[in-house]
Amino acid sequence: MNIHEYQAKEILKAYGIPVPSGRMVKTVRQTQKAVEEIGRLCVLKAQIYAGGRGKAGGVKKVNGSLHACEAAGDLLKKKLATVQTGSKGLAVKCLLVEETVEIEKEFYLSITLDRRTSRYCLIASAQGGMDIEEVARVSPEKIHTIYIDPFIGVRSYHARGIAIFLGLKGKIVEDCVKLIQNLYKIVLEKDCSVIEINPLAVSKAGKLIAMDCKINFDDNALFRHPDYEKMIDVSQLDPLEIQAKKLDLAYIKLNGNIGCMVNGAGLAMATLDVLKEYRGEPANFLDVGGGASREKVAEAFRIILKDRNVKGIFVNIFGGIMRCDIIAQGIIDASTGIACNLPIVVRMDGSRLIEGKNLLSQSGLNIETVDNLGDGAAKIVQRVIKKRKVPIEKQL
Amino acid sequence: MTILINSASKIIVQGITGKSGLLHASQCRDYGSNIVGGVTPGKGGTTIEGFPVFDNLNEAVHATGATVSMILVPAPWAAEAILEAADGGIELAVCITEGIPIRDMVVVKRYLQDSKMKLVGPNCPGIITPGECKVGIMPGAIHKKGNIGVVSRSGTLTYEAVKQLTDAQLGQSTCMGIGGDPIIGLSFIDVLKLFNEDPETKAVFMIGEIGGDAEETAAEWIKENMRKPVAAFIAGLTAPPGKRMGHAGAIISGGNGRAADKIAILTKCGVTVAKSPTKIAEAMKRALNMES
Repeated sequence: MNIHEYQAKEILKAYGIPVPSGRMVKTVRQTQKAVEEIGRLCVLKAQIYAGGRGKAGGVKKVNGSLHACEAAGDLLKKKLATVQTGSKGLAVKCLLVEETVEIEKEFYLSITLDRRTSRYCLIASAQGGMDIEEVARVSPEKIHTIYIDPFIGVRSYHARGIAIFLGLKGKIVEDCVKLIQNLYKIVLEKDCSVIEINPLAVSKAGKLIAMDCKINFDDNALFRHPDYEKMIDVSQLDPLEIQAKKLDLAYIKLNGNIGCMVNGAGLAMATLDVLKEYRGEPANFLDVGGGASREKVAEAFRIILKDRNVKGIFVNIFGGIMRCDIIAQGIIDASTGIACNLPIVVRMDGSRLIEGKNLLSQSGLNIETVDNLGDGAAKIVQRVIKKRKVPIEKQL
Repeated sequence: MTILINSASKIIVQGITGKSGLLHASQCRDYGSNIVGGVTPGKGGTTIEGFPVFDNLNEAVHATGATVSMILVPAPWAAEAILEAADGGIELAVCITEGIPIRDMVVVKRYLQDSKMKLVGPNCPGIITPGECKVGIMPGAIHKKGNIGVVSRSGTLTYEAVKQLTDAQLGQSTCMGIGGDPIIGLSFIDVLKLFNEDPETKAVFMIGEIGGDAEETAAEWIKENMRKPVAAFIAGLTAPPGKRMGHAGAIISGGNGRAADKIAILTKCGVTVAKSPTKIAEAMKRALNMES
């Protein structure tokens, strides 16, 4: 789960990690007020669920409230497209107005999961403000990594090692130690999958300060944090993805026209791959879960059909111990309810297959059943293309 | 011999009184697995569908002599169930549960470093040795006894692969889902080692997906150590970067974990890669030098 920079900074602050003083604003008026309070020289930072904002024009230095209002008006109208958002971009619905800080040095600091060692790893680099993957590629010697043993955590000597690696000297070393230990505390207490301070700055005044921060929460741990729900900014998410999440369905909107409903993530990915192989364009990824119930199948179907680009649907369910007649009934419930006459191709495997097929063929819906994945993909692609080629007057 | 489980395995089910716990305990018993009972705290001393229920794992192990545990405990308590299995003297725990928090699994994985217990999963379909024993939620009927070892990060995609193998008369020695999470017990390499030493396994089919670098490290290991033919399929060739594709571990991040890179390395290391999920049996036959 994503949160905004201003929310991440509130968490840092609560754990004693210094951040620039700032305020989240949603309107030009609020921006003006914020600048008047913070001081003439400010930075406006577009709050979106993606990185790469600086290069995309989402961060603006302003001088005075007039200038700030102009810049805020401009940003708040925008859809910001960065290297991470895709070409459509994300709507800018709020800004972070922050004081400017005179910076001496910049570092990179993060804690994330290392899959190879199954441990959290703390990554530090003296190359602050840069993309860490780029630093890792070009100059790996500038990165220092600690794989944290969960039984002992981050001890002060670990953190001191990092501070020294970053070239810090004097009193600030102990500030850095405290900061790193608190960062790990946040990871554990808030169930973060990623926490990244980039850059972590040393100000001209000789203080450590987190200039930018990104936090992702572990989706699997949300049950421990009921308060996170109100942090979600729905303007940053696809409305269908939000709805699917409420129903506990894994749905990702894609750009094609063939809706897909599959049970199991691996099979769902493979189904998209086969559609592409047959020159079809999937409209979505949708995993109804290993043991799709009749209700879930019906809900999933309704979500797929809400995407207006969908011109046909491919259902691929390898049930095994799931009953095909139940799946069939779910499909019928959903399509009859919304008078769907799009072509549907169903590939099912599991118990009571004949009963399931009979139900579908007697439903009067535009449904065809096939026996394997390849045939299914070929059929749905063919039917969607054929549908598109029918001249408009004939459709009427 | 086949790997990890056989008809002699005595199996306990943690979370047996839950809806899916009971369903799959019964399904495994129907397949012929020796399910000797289950554990649900607070329900000890009762029986459910003929299975004796115990309050804790220790008691269950003492009473039944179980060495294998199938875990179907809901995510908030699943990590604890794995730790309990390790402390209770279980040799092999198969954790089916999906959705265990990262922080919990980091601790579990660290604890298992000092334990003799092997963990399969979590977020996996389990293990089956066709015709003998099933510790998992996969449909038994699609499997056929034979000589192909199957190892996979996925669930239903494994069923798809197994069905294609069975339809092509390529039976299986053991099929195992190692799980779709970023932190799992046995890795591809651990399972490949077992298949390499198993006299009943003649060749291996491996199913990977986007995210992480488990397939890449397995490829390098295969090149150096594997004495048997290996074929593979990698799901997610068309997956968009930065999106979690259902499985917690299936995400392309920072340009890493892409299917195309995994396929390239596997091919370079001598693995026969199926270009399409519809051509799994064909790839296996090619690896075995059989006419397809």
